[in-house]
Amino acid sequence: METKNIMIVGVGGQGTLLTSRILGGIAIDGGYDVKLSEVHGMAQRGGSVVTFVRYGEKVAEPIVEVGQADVLIAFERLEALRYIHYLKKDGVLIVNDQRIDPITVVTGVAEYPENIIENLEKENKVLKVDAATEAKNLGNPKVFNIIVLGLAGAHMDFSKEQWLSVIEKTVPPKTVEINKKAFELGWRLAQ
Amino acid sequence: MAEKKIMLGNEAIARGAYEAGVKVSSAYPGTPSTEISENIVKYKEIYSEWAPNEKVATEVAIGASMSGVRSLVSMKHVGVNVASDPLYTVAYIGVNGGLVMVAADDPGMYSSQNEQDTRAVARAAQVPVLEPSDSYEAKEFVKFAYEISEKYDTPVIVRTTTRLAHSQGIVELNDRAEVDDKPYERNIRKNVMMPGNAILRHIEVEKRMNALIEDGATFPINKVEYNDTSVGFITSGIPYQYVKEAMPNASVLKLGMVHPLPKKLIEEFASKVDTLYIFEELEPVIEEQVKSWGIKAIGKEIFTVQGEYSAALLKKAVLKEDLDVKAAAEVPARPPILCPGCPHRSVYSVLNKLKIHAAGDIGCYTLGAVAPLSVVDTTVCMGASISTLHGMEKAKGKDYVKNWVAVIGDSTFLHTGVNSLMNMVYNKGTGTVMILDNSTTGMTGHQDHAATGKTLMGEPTYAINIYNLVKALGIEHVYEVNAFDIQELEAIVKRETQREEVSVIITKSPCVLLKGNVFKTKCKPVSDKCKKCGMCLKPGCPALTKNDDGTISIDETMCNGCGLCKGLCKFDAIEEVEV
Repeated sequence: METKNIMIVGVGGQGTLLTSRILGGIAIDGGYDVKLSEVHGMAQRGGSVVTFVRYGEKVAEPIVEVGQADVLIAFERLEALRYIHYLKKDGVLIVNDQRIDPITVVTGVAEYPENIIENLEKENKVLKVDAATEAKNLGNPKVFNIIVLGLAGAHMDFSKEQWLSVIEKTVPPKTVEINKKAFELGWRLAQ
Repeated sequence: MAEKKIMLGNEAIARGAYEAGVKVSSAYPGTPSTEISENIVKYKEIYSEWAPNEKVATEVAIGASMSGVRSLVSMKHVGVNVASDPLYTVAYIGVNGGLVMVAADDPGMYSSQNEQDTRAVARAAQVPVLEPSDSYEAKEFVKFAYEISEKYDTPVIVRTTTRLAHSQGIVELNDRAEVDDKPYERNIRKNVMMPGNAILRHIEVEKRMNALIEDGATFPINKVEYNDTSVGFITSGIPYQYVKEAMPNASVLKLGMVHPLPKKLIEEFASKVDTLYIFEELEPVIEEQVKSWGIKAIGKEIFTVQGEYSAALLKKAVLKEDLDVKAAAEVPARPPILCPGCPHRSVYSVLNKLKIHAAGDIGCYTLGAVAPLSVVDTTVCMGASISTLHGMEKAKGKDYVKNWVAVIGDSTFLHTGVNSLMNMVYNKGTGTVMILDNSTTGMTGHQDHAATGKTLMGEPTYAINIYNLVKALGIEHVYEVNAFDIQELEAIVKRETQREEVSVIITKSPCVLLKGNVFKTKCKPVSDKCKKCGMCLKPGCPALTKNDDGTISIDETMCNGCGLCKGLCKFDAIEEVEV
């Protein structure tokens, strides 16, 4: 199979690293070669962050390049727009319908773009979810990222059971149940 | 079959040290090297520690090596500058037990103040350098580095970059080799570097480097892959992966050892390919040497010395491919910022109000340079805040620094800031120094240090008292104040900046992300009391947003309840609620 390219983008502190660990885990469980590339350090302090995940028979480059992403997972609207040019022509964007103002907007240097998702839908396949509200309804606002992952997971090469087993192995023991619930919810929403 | 595991580059390096039988590891945290120590600590067979700076860490590793065990020291690229004093001389001394330094470069400067190339430092220091290209090799190369170190009696640098250190790939786990301690023998000709001995050791250094040039041709880590010989690449590290991705049919000489270069192997490869490219990130370290031997090659004429490479960059430069890709949308930048509830924001809101300039330092608090806080004017390197402020005073006089302070974190103060403060006291400076003590090494992800009371291995230990340390330097005016007590802080800063003596203000409040540091409240706007004055928005807390009608919202998942916005509101339009 051709190497699959996944990207996770968001705002530092939104839990992109946990999500990428689960993605890495599922690829290795599926018997693939896999490479992940993450951002640590300064950018994690509320900056724009991106994680690349590539899996296939043999993976060389650890990053996904412009126009190459099969699945773009965006935890925030503006970040979806920032990285949309990485998406392949027939790729899918999974976007959490949430707005987090960057400091440039807060200080009035820049304006937060209007109608981001509506505009992205014109040229791309887009699945959106208000994961913050969904997570709150589930009882833990922190698991919004796993709901988003559930939607993305439905567009990849693994069964729901495979995903749930990797989640069980990856998240802190106390949060296994709520994270599994969150994933199943996302998976359902993608159908 | 060996167990396979997906590992971060840094995790694989730690595993490599474990499998190589390393017994001592010392380091100072620095992105992208920090996770090496954070993973080494999981192996109980290795003694591991955080040192106050990279020079100390290197000397600890040298001592362990002299005593006869394998030791490791790790740091980011700029840490190598701090460690260069012992590094240049241990190159002469050599080793007893194997000695490896991991130096993590940062092309693209994801988390650094420059993008210097450790290979250039290593050339000057005459230390061999190995460069792995993925997690698998990271582990294997560390093990090989110990073999070379002991066989050729030399410290060895394993050079990584951010993209390797923070990428995960598949690694095969092996058992730990139990390496016997080498006996210690007193040998002052080798271990005491005074001129008469060092002159003789320099001869040994030259012999050793020549032997490595010769033997490098047969090292398994230097690999030749002949395919289509019309195009050949000499490359190493992560750029090798870009060559394989972009031009899988090209011939490649992949150098695992990038210093010294295996000259014969390179000459042979060059003679067999029609067009030779040298593909290396940052400085033309390989290229300049190869060209100096009269070999024709293309390198920095078409490849940049700045930032990270990629397969696309290679395709564009070599194949002149115009990639059919969309341009990036123009969107507002999202630079990193201080977290909601960060004590630095509180301190900076006071300095901003008083229109005070800050000579800055390295840490999260460097972010105080940008709007809306706009307090930090300068940042050079670890510890430089205090000494640059002192230099300004000596240049322009005491009055000039009365609207200046130096700001430095607790970990950075213990790293090298304390030396700068000694200088300020000794040379009759009058500057005001603010130590922003958040009880951790924040930016790199919360590592302990000499003033936190806990070792890397998790043991309780004596916590150096920064107040007493500063007092012991002979400074009379030393104050401790809660970073969130903005009235008190304002009064102290106003008074001390005018005082014509050194004063030190220690603002104390733990990092909001520290485990166990949970605020018990959250801030909530009371809309009907809000006068829409915008005072609460001034410090730029990311949890606050301005509504269309001019009132504010506070994101309850982001708010950490520090109360800074509440303290700034004159109309009681923000309240603290229990969570």
